[in-house]
Amino acid sequence: MTIEIRSAPHIKGPKSVEQIMRHVVWSLLPVCAFYVFQYGLSALASMVVVTLSCLATERWMVRTGTQAGDISDWSAVITGLLLALSLPPGFPLWMGAVAGCVAIALGKALFGGIGFNVFNPALVGRAFVQAAFPQAIATYTPSFLPGRFHEMIPTSMTPPLMRPESVVAWLEAKQLDALAGATPLAKWKFEGILANADELLTSLSGHMAVGPSPVLILACGAYLAFRRFMDWRIPAAILGSAGLTAWLLFALSPERFPNPFFMLFSGGLILGAVYMATDMATSPVTPKGMWVYGALIGLLTVIIRYYSGLPEGVMYAILLGNALSPLIEKITQPTPFGKSALARLGHAKRGASYPLHPGYISREEAHAVTPKKRFLPNKPKKAQKEPRE
Amino acid sequence: MKLLSYFRGEAFQRGVHPPSCKLTAATKIRRLPFPAKVVVPLAQHIGKLPHPIVKVGQEVVRGEPIARSDDWLSVPHHAPVTGVVEFIGLRPSARGPWIESIVIRAHPGATQEDLWGQPRDFSGASGGDILQAIWDTGMVGLGGAAFPTHAKLTVPKQAKVHTLVVNGCECEPYLTCDHRVMVEQADDLVVGIRYAMRATGAVRAIVGIEDNKPDARAAIRAAIERAGKAPGGVPEGEIHAELVPTKYPQGSEKMLVMALFGVEIPAGGLPVSLGMVVNNVGTLAALGRLLPAGRGLTERVVTVTGPGVARPGDYIVPLGTPIRHVLEHAGAPGIDARQIILGGPMMGQSAASLDVPVTKGVSGVLVMRGEDLASREGLRTYPCIKCAECVESCPMGLNPSQLGMLAAKREYDLMGAHYHLGECFECGCCSYVCPSNIPLVQQFRVAKQILREKAIAAK
Repeated sequence: MTIEIRSAPHIKGPKSVEQIMRHVVWSLLPVCAFYVFQYGLSALASMVVVTLSCLATERWMVRTGTQAGDISDWSAVITGLLLALSLPPGFPLWMGAVAGCVAIALGKALFGGIGFNVFNPALVGRAFVQAAFPQAIATYTPSFLPGRFHEMIPTSMTPPLMRPESVVAWLEAKQLDALAGATPLAKWKFEGILANADELLTSLSGHMAVGPSPVLILACGAYLAFRRFMDWRIPAAILGSAGLTAWLLFALSPERFPNPFFMLFSGGLILGAVYMATDMATSPVTPKGMWVYGALIGLLTVIIRYYSGLPEGVMYAILLGNALSPLIEKITQPTPFGKSALARLGHAKRGASYPLHPGYISREEAHAVTPKKRFLPNKPKKAQKEPRE
Repeated sequence: MKLLSYFRGEAFQRGVHPPSCKLTAATKIRRLPFPAKVVVPLAQHIGKLPHPIVKVGQEVVRGEPIARSDDWLSVPHHAPVTGVVEFIGLRPSARGPWIESIVIRAHPGATQEDLWGQPRDFSGASGGDILQAIWDTGMVGLGGAAFPTHAKLTVPKQAKVHTLVVNGCECEPYLTCDHRVMVEQADDLVVGIRYAMRATGAVRAIVGIEDNKPDARAAIRAAIERAGKAPGGVPEGEIHAELVPTKYPQGSEKMLVMALFGVEIPAGGLPVSLGMVVNNVGTLAALGRLLPAGRGLTERVVTVTGPGVARPGDYIVPLGTPIRHVLEHAGAPGIDARQIILGGPMMGQSAASLDVPVTKGVSGVLVMRGEDLASREGLRTYPCIKCAECVESCPMGLNPSQLGMLAAKREYDLMGAHYHLGECFECGCCSYVCPSNIPLVQQFRVAKQILREKAIAAK
């Protein structure tokens, strides 16, 4: 008989890294499915290629011993799907593959793999292609094109190392205005046209090139938060602070600034807030820190969108937030039990407890006599500092 | 859920809910026959070692003192069986190292009645007399910490105690010994509570019971009522039995005081700084039985349980009984046991061999088979993914994620100085929830030990 010696605790909770990552992937599937329904074959091809590129890079990096973890932990799948969702649907596939490769290699493996990455890998990949292929990444095509399940968007099939052709001719052949495909943010920024609420939310009424459905993302994020695979504080802080800043500016000058609703539901803010900023490794672990981090990202997003030359600011806001998160964590360490101001003053917290004062004996009696009074303990000063003989 | 519990204003924040697995909650306490030999280690509690006062070959009767303490933070030991002292020397201990022990060979057919003791009447006794009597019983905290009870009940000179908090939480999974004691020995418990109140000068006592044991509260309330009817009995409103939410680690005294009174015991302080003394139900029930009879602590209730035990239950076990004997009687087929845990699964320690004895601080013997541990076997350790599960579960409000990363880098001084390592009481919540399977609390134990050694070396 062999007896094992272990150090307590001897039982283990149900959660594992694989389980968390798997649930995030599952929760992304409805969002991806609707995205494919919006944009057809090209979106599907883009997702498959980008995810496979991420997985291949991850496998290769693990092989060469550059990083911990493996493709079996599902984290590379999340990176791939999020990256594909943040790219235009007609993004050339070879560029998508490059983005996936850069995301994992530069964004993750270089730092040591899962858990060690400083920046969200998907956003590192996207930032790279934004800089490398500015024209391709700004080319959006309209959603709900007729025949989207039969043919790809021509730019998708651009041969490797080639620049994509313009889609204007292709769209004109379909009797569509080339500008119909602009994103709501670009339209507002460059033409001053505000999209309607129903267009933003469902995008079913027109051909506007909205991204993945914000309503679906919120629903899937709510599932994750409910199962506690994601922290609800970060999206709440981001959306709250972005909404508040946008509302303040809107109240100052309604002609110059769009309404807060447009700000929240256009572009990638919801996707970024729910799925990208909440990347565990790149966000603070402390509850207070999560609020600060989220508020900062929301504020930066609005500022970049309004004042910079770019229509979209979520990506840079989150990357900046990622860079600041170790610092935020450092200044928002939790207060240990017994060291809060409450403990120092000796105040009893929240009414539903026994009074410390022994004059009142039972809980019922205490509440009957003085329901609102907070009792000070009759503690002798500095008693705990006395040596116990 | 967190939000909800905050607004309900109950219990402490954070903590975890492991599956309770209380297999033996409805089984009556049974008595275990004597083993052929008992091994009484001298080190059964926190504090200095007592020294043996018997010689090899000497006949002892059950209940006779066999080791005496001179130091204040130490307690005497009593012979658990009637028999002959066979050996005084090194014997294996649960932790592994061999320690000084007294081995007594039991007389065949020896009775389990206590033969030694001077019944005493405490009606006019002062608090100091009662404390002295408690010291003589050799009582230590039976909840697991094994801190000498007389020391815990001694109130520092400047302090004043008004409340005795009786800890009946038993938040560890599997363990039911305190639960059964509350149900079956409630009368002893009430007697013990009254002694402890007189020793400390407390004017009220509150028994905190987790709300998964309503029968224990009912039993204690009935016992209080019975005691109130007796002449010179308990005045009404002096002893209360209250339910607190079931949550691990509710049984920690800081968490229990938080749940009952909504106050945090200041860091580095003791409950006495708030005018409270906390004691375990098992300890006080044993006191209530031993004090009037003037006897010593020779046996305790132990939960023998786990998936590897055929007849799990709570057993009255003579102290010093080897675990092998306990398991044979509880029907644990020794062959497929993979791990024997003394105490509960969250904080108990692994026994290094089956020959180690049951000591005063052992509240449970938990037997795990290979297949029960299988779920832990294949688990892979990932780097910390900063999911914040540990921060959300640490009852002390620490940042185990950060502490774990510092521990991996051996930055022990930083852990102690800036990240409050000293506040950690090793409840194991962080390791329990960690999805990356990082042995957090295990690393903290190492770090705390190293810091202690450094502090000693610096002196």
